[in-house]
Amino acid sequence: MMAKEILLEGRHLVREFPAKGRKKVHAVSDVDLTIYAGETLALVGESGCGKSTLGRTLIGLIPPTSGTVLFEGTDLTGLRPGAFAPYRRQMQLIFQDPYASLDPRMTVRDIVAEPLVTYGLCPDKAATTRRVRELLDAVGIPEEFLYRYPHQFSGGQRQRIGIARAIALHPRLIVCDEPVSALDVSVQSQILNLLKDLQERFGLTYLFISHDLSVVRFMADRVAVMFLGKLCEVGDTASLYTRPLHPYTRFLLDAIPRADPRLRDTGRALLQGEIPSPIDPPAGCRFHTRCPYATDRCRTEAPALRPLAGHEVACHRAGEV
Amino acid sequence: MDEMTLKIEHLCSGFFTERGYVPAVDDVSLLIPRGHVVGIVGESGCGKSMIARSVMGLLKYPGRITGGSIRLDGRELTGLTDRELQPIRGREMAMIFQEPMTSLNPVIPVGKQMREALLLHEDISRSAAKAEVIRMLSHVGVSEPEKRYNAYPHELSGGLRQRVMIAMAMICKPKLLIADEPTTALDVTIEAQILRLIRDLSRETGMSVLLISHNLGVIAQMCDTVYVMYAGKIVEQADALTLFDSYAHPYTRGLMDSVVRLDATPRRLPAIGGVVPNLLRLPAGCAFAPRCPHAVERCQAERPALEELSPGHWCRCFERGRE
Ligand SMILES: Nc1ncnc2c1ncn2[C@@H]1O[C@H](COP(=O)(O)OP(=O)(O)O)[C@@H](O)[C@H]1O
Ligand SMILES: Nc1ncnc2c1ncn2[C@@H]1O[C@H](COP(=O)(O)OP(=O)(O)O)[C@@H](O)[C@H]1O
Ligand code: SF4
Ligand SMILES: [Mg+2]
Ligand SMILES: [Mg+2]
Repeated sequence: MMAKEILLEGRHLVREFPAKGRKKVHAVSDVDLTIYAGETLALVGESGCGKSTLGRTLIGLIPPTSGTVLFEGTDLTGLRPGAFAPYRRQMQLIFQDPYASLDPRMTVRDIVAEPLVTYGLCPDKAATTRRVRELLDAVGIPEEFLYRYPHQFSGGQRQRIGIARAIALHPRLIVCDEPVSALDVSVQSQILNLLKDLQERFGLTYLFISHDLSVVRFMADRVAVMFLGKLCEVGDTASLYTRPLHPYTRFLLDAIPRADPRLRDTGRALLQGEIPSPIDPPAGCRFHTRCPYATDRCRTEAPALRPLAGHEVACHRAGEV
Repeated sequence: MDEMTLKIEHLCSGFFTERGYVPAVDDVSLLIPRGHVVGIVGESGCGKSMIARSVMGLLKYPGRITGGSIRLDGRELTGLTDRELQPIRGREMAMIFQEPMTSLNPVIPVGKQMREALLLHEDISRSAAKAEVIRMLSHVGVSEPEKRYNAYPHELSGGLRQRVMIAMAMICKPKLLIADEPTTALDVTIEAQILRLIRDLSRETGMSVLLISHNLGVIAQMCDTVYVMYAGKIVEQADALTLFDSYAHPYTRGLMDSVVRLDATPRRLPAIGGVVPNLLRLPAGCAFAPRCPHAVERCQAERPALEELSPGHWCRCFERGRE
């Protein structure tokens, strides 16, 4: 394997939002995350755990409350807007609901052309249209649809258009935020295949955000599991799925409904209780209120990520339970 | 008591629109034996919710039942007026949806809503009704039910709201529960809790369940019998083991292949090409023919009928069984 080059790094990232009564939403709390060039790193966890906030903070769409983001070693957090612009281009976002992000009054040509025009990448209109055709071809949208409007497309096709727009500027990194969660399974596979093809073709790096562990199994090289604003476990995909070390990772994997009736009633343990509020996260390990292995130490002392059996795990008892 | 809780025969329902009749449900027959969990699976738009709404008598203009029969415990439901259906809904059959917020009143505490629903159907005192509501909330796993009794829907998490909906549906001990994508909006650990709850309630009370889902995992974990639907029609049906072991319809195969396996990762995922047909312009032959890798000339020209491959296993395909 090639030596891994770090593309983007978040260090001690914190992002809080104001909440009622001078309280704070602790959306992202002291997260260290490294993304290597060319890989797909998945960020998984239940809704509200801070995945989108972390993804957006990493690419500069949301400023962190504290902490730093390094792009190939350059600290982006202190940059003035002008100095940030060249980095902005390198990092794009694909949304779950492309419909909300595509202007309904613009044709597909204009939607995909917009970033090209903004950055003055094509000398004239004809060249822009030519480039848009190439991009649409790359994502499998027939060129006769060039002058259609977003509502004339299916959900899968709209996601393809969102992808064409995201790759228009030759970015290095794309944050894919639940890109297939709103699609039917058959269309989902088409989009996942497309994302893999584009990655190979253009050497893209993905931060792939999803709550669907099956999809992540297919897409990711590495997986970071998040719970209530903190990372619990990071590891290579195959290893994480076969030997999860954090209790929360295990419960997540066990909860996936398997498409095999023979695995019914196998007495798998279900995670009890609801997700605590990020406004008043539990002290110590944030998972301790749902964790069957919690001890006094877990209730008072927050576990840090530490290397264990090739993963990184934030659990006092990982390895012994 | 009939041995079949629900007997749907040759049901047709659709929408009368300016552009023509949309056959959302076309000649669907489906049986739910007492105490069974029966699943309908298929992609969005194939008519799953339309079946549910036809049974519940909740079709809205321009939607209408245009043919066939729906019998709940032997009693014909089609043709009943809304007034005649009212006492049956809630008492004998109840429905839960993907998004509980749409069927809960946002300005009334959830406990009070449940109490009113109960008082509508049962001749008991208010205090007895309240006690019953609290008992039911606790039964479906709502912690601190006395406190939650006074909570407004928006104060509850998605998982708790779905539990409240289930408690509300269960409160009159219906014979049939229709669950339309009940866990699609929930996180996977909460989904597992809710599915187990529905199954336990069905086992405890002998209640029959019609479970609608686009997720084959959910279907596999829950259902005794499964119906696969495509473009308004049943294309395959069988008991769950047979369906998952020996599916025969190319569409079912496509769905099964699209499920990501956790133990092996192919370079590419098999995908069903193309898109679902427009119901206003269905192909002359098999509705799946334009997307089907096995389609032959006959499939373009003629519509296949459901045929029984082995006892209880039905498939709508000329080329079934071919690799
Ligand atoms: N702009 C905002 N203002 C206030 N709270 C927010 C905002 N954005 C996100 N949050 C809160 O931060 C937490 C994390 O949200 P998010 O990052 O969207 O989680 P996820 O993507 O994992 O579902 C949630 O509790 C959410 O309500
Ligand atoms: N008001 C309407 N007018 C015309 N067609 C409709 C209307 N509402 C739904 N449909 C069509 O009915 C079909 C069945 O819808 P539905 O039962 O909701 O599908 P599912 O629940 O399987 O996703 C869909 O193809 C949809 O386009
Ligand atoms: S640190 Fe403690 S509470 Fe947290 S997951 Fe590990 S055992 Fe459970
Ligand atoms: Mg999100
Ligand atoms: Mg539906």
